[in-house]
Amino acid sequence: MMTIGKAKLGLYWACSCGGCDIATLNIHEKILEVDAAFEIVFWPVAMDAKVKDVEAMPDGSIDLMLFNGGIRTTENEEMAHLLRRKSKILVAFGSCASEGCIPGLANLSPVSSIFDVSYSATPTTENPQNIRPTITWQAPEGELHLPGLFPVLRTLDQVVPVDYYIPGCPPESEEIAAVIEQVTQVLDGKASLPPKGSTLGAGKSTVCDECKRTKNVKEIHQFVRIQSLERIDPELCLLEQGLPCNGPATRSGCGALCPQVSAQCIGCHGPAEGVIDYGARLMSAFASVIASNDPKEIGQILDGIPDPAGQFYRFNLAKSLLRSGRQAWEGLEEGK
Amino acid sequence: MAAESETKQPQERIGVYVCHCGSNIAGTVDVAEVARWAGEELKDDGVVVSRDYKFMCSSLGQEMIQKDIVEQGLTRVVVAACSPHLHEATFRNACARAGMNPYLCELVSIREQCSWVHTDKAKATEKSKAILAGGVLRVARDTPLEPMRVPIHPDVLVVGGGVTGIQAALELANGGKHVYLVEKDSTLGGHMAQLDKTFPTLDCSACILTPRMVSAGNHPNITLLTWSEVTGVSGYVGNFTITIRKKARFVREDLCNGCGVCTEKCPKKVVDDGFEAGLGYRKAVYTAFPQAVPKYPVIDVENCTYFIKGTCKACEKFCPTGAIDFNQEDEILTVPVGNIILATGYQTFDARRIPQYGYGRLANVFTSMEFERLSNAAGPTGGKVTLRDGKTTPKTVGIIHCVGSRDKKYNEYCSAICCMQSLKFAHVVKERTGAQVYEFYIDMRTPGKSYDEFYLRNLEEGVLFVRGRVAEVTDVARLPGEEGKLIIQAEDSLIGKQRRIPVDMVILSTGLEPRDDAKEVAKLFGISCSADGWYIERHVKLEPISTMTEGVFIAGCVVGPKDIPASVAQGSAVAARVYQYIQQGEISLEPYRATINAEECSGCRICNDLCPFNAISYHEEEQVSEVNPALCQGCGTCVSACPAGAITGWGFSDEQILAQIEGLMAVRS
Amino acid sequence: MSDPLDGKTFEPVIIGFTCNWCSYRAADMAGMARMKYPPNIRLVRVMCSGRLDPTFIFKAFASGADGVMVTGCHPGDCHYIEQNYKLMRRFILMQRTLEQMGIEPGRLKLTWASAAEGAKFSEEVTNMVEEVRRLGPLNWPSAETMDEWMAKEPSIETEERP
Repeated sequence: MMTIGKAKLGLYWACSCGGCDIATLNIHEKILEVDAAFEIVFWPVAMDAKVKDVEAMPDGSIDLMLFNGGIRTTENEEMAHLLRRKSKILVAFGSCASEGCIPGLANLSPVSSIFDVSYSATPTTENPQNIRPTITWQAPEGELHLPGLFPVLRTLDQVVPVDYYIPGCPPESEEIAAVIEQVTQVLDGKASLPPKGSTLGAGKSTVCDECKRTKNVKEIHQFVRIQSLERIDPELCLLEQGLPCNGPATRSGCGALCPQVSAQCIGCHGPAEGVIDYGARLMSAFASVIASNDPKEIGQILDGIPDPAGQFYRFNLAKSLLRSGRQAWEGLEEGK
Repeated sequence: MAAESETKQPQERIGVYVCHCGSNIAGTVDVAEVARWAGEELKDDGVVVSRDYKFMCSSLGQEMIQKDIVEQGLTRVVVAACSPHLHEATFRNACARAGMNPYLCELVSIREQCSWVHTDKAKATEKSKAILAGGVLRVARDTPLEPMRVPIHPDVLVVGGGVTGIQAALELANGGKHVYLVEKDSTLGGHMAQLDKTFPTLDCSACILTPRMVSAGNHPNITLLTWSEVTGVSGYVGNFTITIRKKARFVREDLCNGCGVCTEKCPKKVVDDGFEAGLGYRKAVYTAFPQAVPKYPVIDVENCTYFIKGTCKACEKFCPTGAIDFNQEDEILTVPVGNIILATGYQTFDARRIPQYGYGRLANVFTSMEFERLSNAAGPTGGKVTLRDGKTTPKTVGIIHCVGSRDKKYNEYCSAICCMQSLKFAHVVKERTGAQVYEFYIDMRTPGKSYDEFYLRNLEEGVLFVRGRVAEVTDVARLPGEEGKLIIQAEDSLIGKQRRIPVDMVILSTGLEPRDDAKEVAKLFGISCSADGWYIERHVKLEPISTMTEGVFIAGCVVGPKDIPASVAQGSAVAARVYQYIQQGEISLEPYRATINAEECSGCRICNDLCPFNAISYHEEEQVSEVNPALCQGCGTCVSACPAGAITGWGFSDEQILAQIEGLMAVRS
Repeated sequence: MSDPLDGKTFEPVIIGFTCNWCSYRAADMAGMARMKYPPNIRLVRVMCSGRLDPTFIFKAFASGADGVMVTGCHPGDCHYIEQNYKLMRRFILMQRTLEQMGIEPGRLKLTWASAAEGAKFSEEVTNMVEEVRRLGPLNWPSAETMDEWMAKEPSIETEERP
């Protein structure tokens, strides 16, 4: 794939925290290479641009679009469709776009309770009239519009076709740099694009592959919080020490940074290659090696994970087979 | 493992065949409609041919499939008919004969699981469509598989030297096959050697058993390893490696001539809890009984003065051939065998668990094994039936059936031999002492050849029978005539009254139980026990001596309580089966196996301990785990546990099962 | 609110997972003995209950099943020695997670049945069908259904400011 002049690069953020953009900036000197190879045509966090500018671009003219953030509002969805039309290669960039990430956990709550917490319940909120956002509102100056909030968060590929995925919350700057490098090679005609649907920048195995800790045959007698351990063995596998480390199910490529400093992996780097439901894999793995055959004892050991949905689906609830809790959509089936 | 966005493959050409099974299916399911529906609605899923026929398993039915494979270029076949347990092999073989890999053929049950269990025709038809859809979506994701062929090593391991093990070993050895006969005890014979007479013929047990023992001991094709235990089993059918610990006898077999002087001279007397059931004594250096095979004695280190204090050594001093060797060590042997026969027998129920029967507390309450030794001519009283004092002849004897058997508190099953055993005891007591004998029974179970006639004989000999479970055996007298006696209190259910019958001696017909180490031994050999602890046969009626583990067979009481003729029959049966395998030279194993993708494996080792067949090993260097396909039995537990999804379960892959679920849910009114 | 059932009795669909050696044979045995049970269950055969991946159970619910019944050999009787224990451990965790996601524990059931227990199998199925019928339809939305709902007015409260 050869382009005339510099290739066009776009970055967009939907329902996200901004970390992916910071991670991109964090590639340090490589940003100069980016500048050399690409013309950044749209990056709301870093430069001024209007949606109508994007609408004016010819379809397919953005060579590489790095889209981070999940689809939670009507604006997110509109932009997803728009940017898909305008991009040659659309990448679900980071955990939010790929699998829902932390905002996806809101899929365990109905919108009404999300609003209650956001607009009433927190101690520092003063909203005596219980005001809630509305899509349209008459101001003296005219009618104002707000994007609507969907009942659940969806991943980018649940809304538009996606070409590639880069996992991570955020993706490691090295991984981003590697992907930029890979795409630059393609643009120079020195390499070909990987098959559509591939995951870029990351490894083929799981975090355990990169983790330097000693791994023995697994036999779990307890799950504990890190604070309750008197001492963490710096050499031994964290799971074997009772910490529910998600490393075994989480894709490699991040360098196993967290377990190296005795922080158990929380699973931000997505599922391993070919896995359909991350949480299912992980819970199956943990449960299979619990060292007990007595249901009562097993229950007690599992009490050490008081929030299984959070533990096993922290980053990928929106991409799981069930996609959300029933609480989020109950009532919708009767029509609104 | 396919990525979620499936790579486009050329679509399969699937043939669907819906069987009427006469009216078995067609009577409830509209099979023509199901076939028509599949042909139309499942076209996009690859169905190119959809037929229904009266009997798919018939030769005409099979030919129909074969014709379509050839003429229509079918790449997959789904038959909706009876249970795969019946005809999966039939249809797979039919497909194989037509040139299609047999593992690309699925049989889904719309009979056992639909037409036979539902009455609403509309719902049964709808469910059949769903089942068929599940099959079609699954079969599209089947992969061609090849069964594994493994060679069979001609040697055989027989564990257990009782009558069953001896029978199996002799049958094989006489057929020219080499057998390792491993026995935990110091001699062959098992429990049968302890018995006095055997029912119903009242043959002397040792007289009929010892010639067999001698044959087995002398047979050129039998390597006899007594005082030995299997400590390790690895490998798979046709190719096992067995580790055997031959415990030190402290007697050199190459020098010992069995003269018995050592035993004579040994000053240490020990209560014989083994062979004599605690009723007699033996020495610290001993043979279990005079006709023991092999004849070499063993030294009991826990009771030998030399091993305890370092003194004595009388046996060494007096041995004419210098065969005593206090420095002898256990020997570890590793041998290859192709098949394993487990005939490790039973143990008797511990009557102490029923305290109200007084065993262990009341002197003249005996267990059945104790009574066998008591009445045995070679036993501690020379065959005289006496009370515990060894002198007094009882005038009344009570025999209690079902001790520990048929009892929700202990073992629910019937121990099969105790009724006959009790009748035997009654007869022996009457014959030797002329005592009054009472039998306390629940039912009389005498089904075998000449068994019921034996019961009749007992009746004619004047044995008295009380039908009712015994409540207790006590020495506390309450009524006149009970002083100094043991009183058996039981309900006589035939007359509807409680009875208290004073006797001098009580014999508890204790039931049979699996041995204490049965579960451990089962695990060692990779087979399973039922909840009771007896070893599980592959099929209760049709495969009574094979297990679910290829190459491991079971025979005799270890499978469940049975009498001597049945045990001997099973010994011969298991030998015949093993002989068949050896003669075939090789065996074909189902290709349901797991494999680990080394690139995707992270070496987390979560799978390592999940395999009861030890098929998963971890390579330290490469830091990946691997499944040995020959050991893998295809359960799929590791497949579902792998957090990286790096393990594939061939024949039951994720893709196949998920597709089947989709298909099953696709039909809903 | 219209009655989605139009007055008909709700017929749940339950996916049952059976193991080749015990519970599938129990189902076969129920069939051979012509024991009757409701047609609301559709069975998937695997070699061992240890093969049961939570992915399968979640897939069943996500595909519209109102209930899932997971079966295997009795503890201690597993054809593959002890793999049903692994299933049991996973089952407890699955049930807890699903409960957090709004799926009632009564919709996921674990039953042990040996090859001889055809009667038990049909009884358990009958009981479960009734229990799930009482719980009502689950109707987990497919991706298409979810998209349809999203295409309508997105959920937002329209309480006007006074």
